[in-house]
Amino acid sequence: MKYTKEHEWLRAEGDEIVVGITRHAAEQLGDVVYVGLPSVGERAVKGFILLEIESVKAAAEILAPCYGEIVAVNDKIAENPALVNEDPLGAGWFIKIKPENPAVIDEYLDEAEYRKLVE
Amino acid sequence: MEHLNKTELFNFHKRRGGRLIEFAGYRLPVQYRAGIILEHLATRFSAGLFDVSHMGQILIRPLVGGMGEAALHLERLMPADLVALPVGRQRYSFLTSESGGIIDDLMIARNEESFLLVVNAARTTVDLDCLQAALAGTCSVEKVEDRSLIAIQGPASEAVMARIAPATAKLEFMDARETSLAGATCWISRSGYTGEDGFEVSIPKGKADMLAELLLDGGGVIPAGLGARDTLRLEAGLCLYGQDIDLETSPVEAGLTWAIAKSRRFGGARPGGFPGAERILSEIERGCARRRVGIEPEGPVPMRRGTRLYSDATGQISVGAVTSGGFGPSLNRPLSMGYVARGSSIPGTRIYAAVRNRILPARVAPLPFIESQYKKRKDSRNEIYQGA
Repeated sequence: MKYTKEHEWLRAEGDEIVVGITRHAAEQLGDVVYVGLPSVGERAVKGFILLEIESVKAAAEILAPCYGEIVAVNDKIAENPALVNEDPLGAGWFIKIKPENPAVIDEYLDEAEYRKLVE
Repeated sequence: MEHLNKTELFNFHKRRGGRLIEFAGYRLPVQYRAGIILEHLATRFSAGLFDVSHMGQILIRPLVGGMGEAALHLERLMPADLVALPVGRQRYSFLTSESGGIIDDLMIARNEESFLLVVNAARTTVDLDCLQAALAGTCSVEKVEDRSLIAIQGPASEAVMARIAPATAKLEFMDARETSLAGATCWISRSGYTGEDGFEVSIPKGKADMLAELLLDGGGVIPAGLGARDTLRLEAGLCLYGQDIDLETSPVEAGLTWAIAKSRRFGGARPGGFPGAERILSEIERGCARRRVGIEPEGPVPMRRGTRLYSDATGQISVGAVTSGGFGPSLNRPLSMGYVARGSSIPGTRIYAAVRNRILPARVAPLPFIESQYKKRKDSRNEIYQGA
């Protein structure tokens, strides 16, 4: 598992990358009430908005961690946004991307580096 | 705001897992461990305990003459009927400006020998200046510095309060009494800011933490933060000063005409006589160009404060903006309120909102979004929120 400084987690699954937000991010956001997912087949552009997420108190934007194609979205969190708070690392995943460069994931923080960031 | 004030309940918040933020110069919890949605729902179904100690408490005492004269002096600042306000009752009112805007909204209670005002934290200094200037030589104006304010809100409030002060169960909506609670002389009113039955308890400092723990002890009530307070008042259609009302909004535009006493309107016993009366009273007769309304997004995307509103799907014809908006946990959907032009203010009107890079449909809705549950006397009318 890798992490961005924007509190996303990235997990390699074959030649795809699964993206979600960390427990720390979910706690900071508070109760999530809306997730605006893109459509499968759309292009992810590194550093640009991948999806929108809103908690009771605030709106946040999740940025794409890499260039690639969106190959799956988690419709369950659109129906039940509370999943993001209940299980951010599991059932609350957001999206799967097929990256143009599979090695991109290595750019990101490892567990120890991320833990240092949030402590 | 460099120096942040702590309330008497600062350690209580820490102990209970409160996530502290800065609000109006105070360190206050936006939520506790339960989170905003659970704190909101607990308040609707049972009871929530809120620290509202940041709010300003101001005592007004007559220096010359009696309470009747003090009432008349105060009526020069707000469109309430304070002459007829009985001892032990309170009213919702507002200080108005010369141009007919709102300087602050407040609760005013009549005691035997004083009026007690509860005002917004961020407006306390402005209010004190306004009161002192108008009442100089006739009344003393004293900011109460040695008391905390705790709100218990929700259908179980009466039972929660009765565990430690059985007499409070007899209070009705908008009653205000001095009552001994856990050995402390408290000023208790049956009121709040959630649309639910509830109490606000002004307690001498040094006793607040003990009282908060005592109230939680018997169960049925959880601590709730500013986040839940905001979603509860939004569903209840209640205005937040600085967002939904301010110096630029008149009480009539804001849908607060219900709080302007009949006796202070044209044809009443003491018409006008408060700042901005000319504009405000003529707006009651003739209407105004815009109105505060409820807004129900048709989709799942919240429409927050500042969102621009249009009458057409292409976003050409502006009709207003959202002043408060977010998610309503009891209704489990997004909701907002804001000001729209008179032509778009009728409930059911389709409007459009610009959210980020999209135009999304919404409908104008009556306020409040949820029915209030006040413990009111059957014959009381003036102080009940009738909606916009």
